[in-house]
Parts: sequence; C-alpha cells; structure tokens
Amino acid sequence: MSIQTKQDLLQGLFTASPSNFISLREQGKEKFLSQGLPNQKSEEYRFTPIAKKLEQAITRFSPASPLSLSKEQVENALIEGFEGDILVFSNGYYHPEFSSRIDGIEVSILSEKPNTPIGSIAKPEKDPFLSLNQATFSDGVFISIPSKFICKKPILLLNLHQELDGQVISPRIWIEVGDFSEVTFIEQGCSLGNSPYFVNKVIEIQGGVQSQISYHRIQHEGNQVIEVSQLETDIQRDARFTSFYLSLSGDLIRNNLSLYLKGSNSVGNMYGISLLQGKSLVDHHTCVDHKEPHAESNELYKGIFGDYSRGVFNGKILVRQDAQKTNAFQQNNNVLLSEEALINTKPQLEIWADDVKCSHGCTVGQLDEEALFYLQARGIEKTTARGLLLFAFIAEVVDKIQVESLQKYIIAQIQERLGSTF
Amino acid sequence: MLSIKNLHASIEGTPILKGINLQVNAGEVHAIMGPNGSGKSTLASVLAGREEYEVTQGEVIFQGKDLLELSPEDRAREGVFLAFQYPIEIPGVSTTNFLRTALNQIREYRGQEPLDAVKFLSLMKEKMALVEIDQKLLSRSLNEGFSGGEKKRNEIFQMAMLEPKLSILDETDSGLDIDALRIVSNGVNKLKSPSTATIVVTHYQRLLDYIVPDVVHVLYQGRIVKSGSKELALELEQKGYDWIKEEVDTAKATA
Ligand SMILES: Nc1ncnc2c1ncn2[C@@H]1O[C@H](COP(=O)(O)OP(=O)(O)OP(=O)(O)O)[C@@H](O)[C@H]1O
Ligand SMILES: [Mg+2]
Repeated sequence: MSIQTKQDLLQGLFTASPSNFISLREQGKEKFLSQGLPNQKSEEYRFTPIAKKLEQAITRFSPASPLSLSKEQVENALIEGFEGDILVFSNGYYHPEFSSRIDGIEVSILSEKPNTPIGSIAKPEKDPFLSLNQATFSDGVFISIPSKFICKKPILLLNLHQELDGQVISPRIWIEVGDFSEVTFIEQGCSLGNSPYFVNKVIEIQGGVQSQISYHRIQHEGNQVIEVSQLETDIQRDARFTSFYLSLSGDLIRNNLSLYLKGSNSVGNMYGISLLQGKSLVDHHTCVDHKEPHAESNELYKGIFGDYSRGVFNGKILVRQDAQKTNAFQQNNNVLLSEEALINTKPQLEIWADDVKCSHGCTVGQLDEEALFYLQARGIEKTTARGLLLFAFIAEVVDKIQVESLQKYIIAQIQERLGSTF
Repeated sequence: MLSIKNLHASIEGTPILKGINLQVNAGEVHAIMGPNGSGKSTLASVLAGREEYEVTQGEVIFQGKDLLELSPEDRAREGVFLAFQYPIEIPGVSTTNFLRTALNQIREYRGQEPLDAVKFLSLMKEKMALVEIDQKLLSRSLNEGFSGGEKKRNEIFQMAMLEPKLSILDETDSGLDIDALRIVSNGVNKLKSPSTATIVVTHYQRLLDYIVPDVVHVLYQGRIVKSGSKELALELEQKGYDWIKEEVDTAKATA
C-alpha cells in the first residue's frame, strides 16, 4: 500500500469515525497503525492482494453514509418465500423503520449500549482489518437473545450497500445468545448500485451454555465489491454453532471465520459453497479453536471455479492441550472449470493434545468428462448434464441447510448459475 | 436404418478404425465379435458421439440423417442407445434422478409432452419388472458400489426406459452370471420390434443363444474382415481367431 493511500485512509476514515467508544477506537487505531495493511509478503494474505485492489478500486477512503431506502428496495432484495423476522441495514447503519420488532429479543443501536464488550471475542491484534474496523466502525447493532428463548423463525440481516459520500462501509454487529437458547440468522448483502465500495465488517457472537446458533451468509453482491469480514464466535459447553457461507460473486472477498469452542461437549460446524465466475476471488480463512475436551468440529467447503475466478481456502484446526477427546473433521473439495481458474487450498493443523481424532483432506479436480459424456449419451443436453454433475458435487453441503426457504433459495441460485453460465 | 461407409477414426493421432462398412436394417440383430483391442468399443463410442475420437474419413447415416453431425445428446434423442462396456460411477447422481431429465428432454425433442412424476414412476415400475432390478439400486448414486452384474442390468434398464431405435450393447454379457444373462437377454428380446435394431458386441456365443443374431461380423485391426450367419459365432467359439488373423495376414501379404 502506497504512502498516499495510507494517508487517505487515515484522513478519510479515522478522522470521520463517530465520537463514541472513544477509547476502544483509540486502541483499534493504535493496533492498526502497528500492523499496517497486509502486503504480498504477509503470510495470511499471500494469495489475496487486498491492498492493491483497494488502491485500484477505491478513490474515496471515507465512510459511506446511510441510504434513504424505499420499501420497494427492501422488498426487492428479500429472499423469495422467506418467513421470519427482518432487520434492515444500509451501509452498516440500522433502519428500525423497515425492521421487525421481534418479541423477546433486544435489538439496539450499538452506541446506545456503551458497555457492550466489543473486541472481547474479535481481538484487534488478530488482523489489521479487525483493528481498522474497531477504530472506524459506523454505528452497528447489538442483538441480545435472553436465556431459554427459542427463536422459532429465522432472523434475516439484510444489508443494502451503495457508495454514498464515501466508499467504505464498516459495519459492526454484536450478538449474544443466552444459555439454552436457539436462534438462526441469515445475513444477506445486496448492491444497489454499480460503483465499487469496500465493506470491512466484524460480527461477534457470544453463545451461552447449550445454546444453538446457526449463521448463514449469502454473498451475492456486485462484481465490483471488495469485502473483508470477520465472524468471530465464542460458544460455551454443550452449545452448537453452525455457519454456512454461499459465495456467488464479488471482486475480492475475504472471509475470516473463527470459532472458539470454549466448553466441553460443544459442536462447531462450518460449511461453505463457492460458486464463482468472471474474475471473482473468494478467500476463506477459517479457524476452529478447541479449548476444552470432548468437543467436535466439522468443516466442509466446496468450490466450483469458472472463467478466471480464484479461490483460497485455509482451514486452521487448533487443538489445545486440555482438549482431549476432540473430534475434528475438515474437508475442502474443488472443481476447476477452466484453465485459468485457480484454487489455493491448505489445511493448517496445530494439535497439542494427544488423544484426539483429526482428519482433513482437500481435492482439486476438473469436471468429469466421462460422466458428462455418459449423461449426454442418455439424451441430456450438455449444459444440463454439467449442471447435474456440479450440483451433485455440492449437494452434500446444500443438504446441511436447515431453513427450508433458504435451502430453496440457495438451490434456485445455484441452479440458475449452473444452468446459465457454466 | 444405419449405414456406415468407409469409417476411419483415430485417437490422439493413432488410427483405430480403418474403413468400417456396415449396413443394419430395422428388425435386425447384428453381432460384432473380434479379439481384444480390435476396435469394437471404439466403433460403439464413435457412433454414440464421443469427442475424443476423431473421425478422419467416411460417413454414418442413421435414419436418413448424418449421425456424425449430431451432438451425443441429439443422437440419443434420435434413438441411438449405447450400453457401455464399462459403465462409470457418478457420485451424487442417481439413475432415477437423471433418467427423468433424460426422458423428458428426449420427449421434448420429439415434440411430446413431458411425463409427470406419477407417469414416470409407473413407467419405471414397468421397466424395472422387465429387467428385474430393485428400486433401491436406482435411487443410489449411479453405479457406486454396484456389482458388475448390477451395472450391466442398470444399463439395460435405462435402455428399456428410453426405448431407442438402435441399441448398441457393448459386452453387456460380460460379468453376468447365468441367471442375470437370461434376465438381461429376455429384456433385450422383449424390447425388440420390427422397427428397432440391435448391435451386440460380445466375446461369447452363450449370449447369442439368447439374442439370436441375423448377421455376425468379425472386427480385426479396425476393419470388418468377415461377416456371416449365426453359425460363424459357433465356429469362432470353437476355433478362436487365429485362422481369421491368418486369412487377413495372407491377404495382406499377397496384396
Ligand atoms: N483413449 C485411448 N487412448 C489410446 N488408445 C486407445 C484409447 N482408447 C482405445 N485405445 C486403443 O484402441 C484400440 C481399440 O480399443 P477398443 O476398446 O475399441 O477395443 P475392443 O475391440 O473394444 O477390445 P475389448 O474386446 O478388449 O473390449 C486398442 O488398441 C486400445 O488400446
Ligand atoms: Mg471393448
């Protein structure tokens, strides 16, 4: 990153950041300045030239303002057949006027909850974008689900994005889920315009004892979008956390997903599908941290890459010394549909306990031409046959989605993509 | 129905088929025999439209149409069916799953209404009975963990479902026990009609006891070097291929 861009960043973002959480922001800024933005030499961002991208695409490093939304815009962005509660955001700002009141759940603007322990899960020293967000986040939300509360319907976090005044969007979300409670979130981003913007997002989730939390993300914004996100989750004993990422588009998308299994007998599931074309790059950096014994983690990511698209998968499994009897499973399978498509995949295991079961594997292949011919020889159109085979490849992950309307939506999205372009 | 003239085909620059001539009429059964590596499966693949094989010369006319011009799927829609010698496994795709798509795309091509789920199921039931195949097998991933015999039976089941005009059975008898052989052959025979034709590729006379051929051809070094009645198959079973090879070699030497 050039000195000029860094100056722009400092001027544009730091000086414009809201005057709340002052000491937290100070700390974020300090951490960011000592880390600097990652360059090609940074191990964690080796395959993801984020600084270069920012320099090319972002000209105004100042925060994007909230949009004045219409009811129509919100409705158009909704998942078809979605049944549940909706929280609407524009450029990271919460819009209560378009959002559901959810019985029994507190949803507040973050600045109204100054005691929220922001940064206690997503520690700013971990990643420069995390500290940058901590220093500069716009006003996000605080969501609290009390103990023993079963949220029957899913909650959709609908994020509408468009550059306005500036091109940088810095949302921050804090979610706490009480003991024995259950909740399902769906987070969806939606571009309203065609000009580039940069989303730098942080979500922290604190899951209580025996809580059950699912968090789905649908990444289907414009192909000019640059996004770095951090989803950082702590769960306690007997709790279960499941994440699901569907990545369909974007210019450069970096997902940092960290799950801390802080109690015994907890379960973490991390699933993902990347279905990319054009020049999109999606980078999944995941980390599951087993701190206590008898916990389990399952990770399954599949990717299909067409055209010039690129994928990065880096899956870290950390099993600490106390985490005996851990079961950790990780799998990343990829299909490259063109000569130019590329995937860099790497498991990263750090195991300090001796009585654990740990398995991992990654594969990179092409579409099976023989299978394609077999189906064609039965009278199936080539594109349909391709779609059938590719869908079969990812079906295992699609099956993990528990929300019916979401599963339908995702299947429709995938089929449209497989039918039309691949 | 099918007319192959002077067909030459090669793979990666190596000629495999070197001038095949074959005429198959509606209602006929042709057997193609010949030593390993002589080009039988290559011929079957070329007819089905496999792209790896490059046709360098000759023509194939199927029901008045230039078959070589058509995509593999259009050949199937026109009524060509290949039962593969080595049916492949397709994880995540079940027979039921892809056959419905196949059948409806074929019907669409022929200007017929698609079959709804109920009609499709009842058609399945009927054809399942014909080849005595279990529904459980059909809802599993295609050929994954199937026994050799189950794979072959599944091929014939698909043939029964798609009701082709020209069926090419590439060593469908290999790997079948005697009961399965009888069931599969019965299935094939029941699907025969005056308006359909069958090409059976086989190494064994025992299949031809069930599916009786009108003509037997011997393929050797990419050419049909001998054709005859069903008795030729018996002769080959007794004497092997050496005498044919010799005939060909002497003919070559004198030419
Ligand atoms: N993909 C390929 N690449 C190179 N050579 C090939 C390929 N496929 C077939 N051949 C060669 O073409 C020749 C004919 O093979 P083919 O499979 O048609 O024989 P076949 O008559 O069916 O034999 P079999 O009785 O063993 O089934 C063989 O020499 C084989 O090695
Ligand atoms: Mg063969």
